[in-house]
Amino acid sequence: MAKIKMKKKSTSTDMTAMCDVAFLLLTFFILTATAKVPEALPVDTPASTVQTKLPESDLATLTVGKKDGKDRVFFDLKGRDVRKRTLELMGDKFGVTFSEEDKEKFALMTDFGVPIQNLKQILDMKASDRVKADQPGIPMDSLNNQVKEWVYNARIANNEFNNAKGSKQELQIAIKGDAKEEYPVIKKVMDILQDQHINSFSLVTGLRGKDF
Amino acid sequence: MAELNTGDSGGGKGGKVRSKKQNSKVDLTAMVDLAFLLITFFMLTTSLSKPQAMSLGLPDKDPKDKTEDMKVDENRTMTVLLGGGDKMYFYMGLINNPMAPKLIAYGKDGIRKELIKRKKDVAAYTAAKGKPEQGMIVIIKPGKKSNYKNVVDILDEMAISSIPTYTIVNDFLPEEQKLLEGK
Repeated sequence: MAKIKMKKKSTSTDMTAMCDVAFLLLTFFILTATAKVPEALPVDTPASTVQTKLPESDLATLTVGKKDGKDRVFFDLKGRDVRKRTLELMGDKFGVTFSEEDKEKFALMTDFGVPIQNLKQILDMKASDRVKADQPGIPMDSLNNQVKEWVYNARIANNEFNNAKGSKQELQIAIKGDAKEEYPVIKKVMDILQDQHINSFSLVTGLRGKDF
Repeated sequence: MAELNTGDSGGGKGGKVRSKKQNSKVDLTAMVDLAFLLITFFMLTTSLSKPQAMSLGLPDKDPKDKTEDMKVDENRTMTVLLGGGDKMYFYMGLINNPMAPKLIAYGKDGIRKELIKRKKDVAAYTAAKGKPEQGMIVIIKPGKKSNYKNVVDILDEMAISSIPTYTIVNDFLPEEQKLLEGK
């Protein structure tokens, strides 16, 4: 009596197509990912349960942190063209001239924290040296309030570009404060914004669960 | 693999020397594994690296159009004072009337329980008055020694307990000043 033999099925499947798709997706994600640029002033943001994300454009970030016992404010702006125009406006205002090359460099860098008079030195540095350079923060006392001017001119530049595009989107301001920073310093930054009638802004936070 | 044909075919004498047929299939399992691992990594890092942000709206404080201080029913208000060293005090209504400021902890067993309880009380009170659309008002007063984390924490509590109206106020009553500095 012959035994009925079970047909042996091959266990291996053709994975070529799957592999193709996987690598296609991988390529897409690698290309769209942006490398993280080291921040000039690293801060430890407090956590919250809010899950709203910050916008990718039309955003200025004021980083408030403490380094060597001194409170420092750094400024960052999204959008290359807006950055260039802001630098032009700031240069006019403070009588500092920036070459085309300087503007190009400024468009490509991220946050900085020096008075505008010293901005050129920072622009001439390599990206890796900027982080190491001891940037003193942008002055924001009542006599020499450059933080205010930066925010103000960034708003003008942003509006120019958005109006040209026919959009009414205003520049949004985010405050990125260190968790240990004292409230009066944050309040001072908020006051600068409120003096320009910016009454609604974002606070950058980390993420945590509801059970804390 | 199963399809690998390695048997010496025939090996007859005088036959033509055939070049061995190489199997063209390669095992792709490991490669696919790796590709998907990397995809997962890149997908997660691109969406998670975007910073979160809470939006905060403050009342306009232009001195030009200063309006008369709005009268608010004190039965609806709760005042939260933030002090140094992660200390927090709260009181309902007016100070010392009906209750003296009480020390309370951050987190779900401290302020959150109290907020939810008080919110219910206020809702019952306004419903009894026939204005159920009016909710609780929380006044946050961050003291000079409080830090940014305290402020974000308390704003977060407002979002968690969905308090309809809250604001940050920087004027202190003398009693409040004493309370925040005295301890």
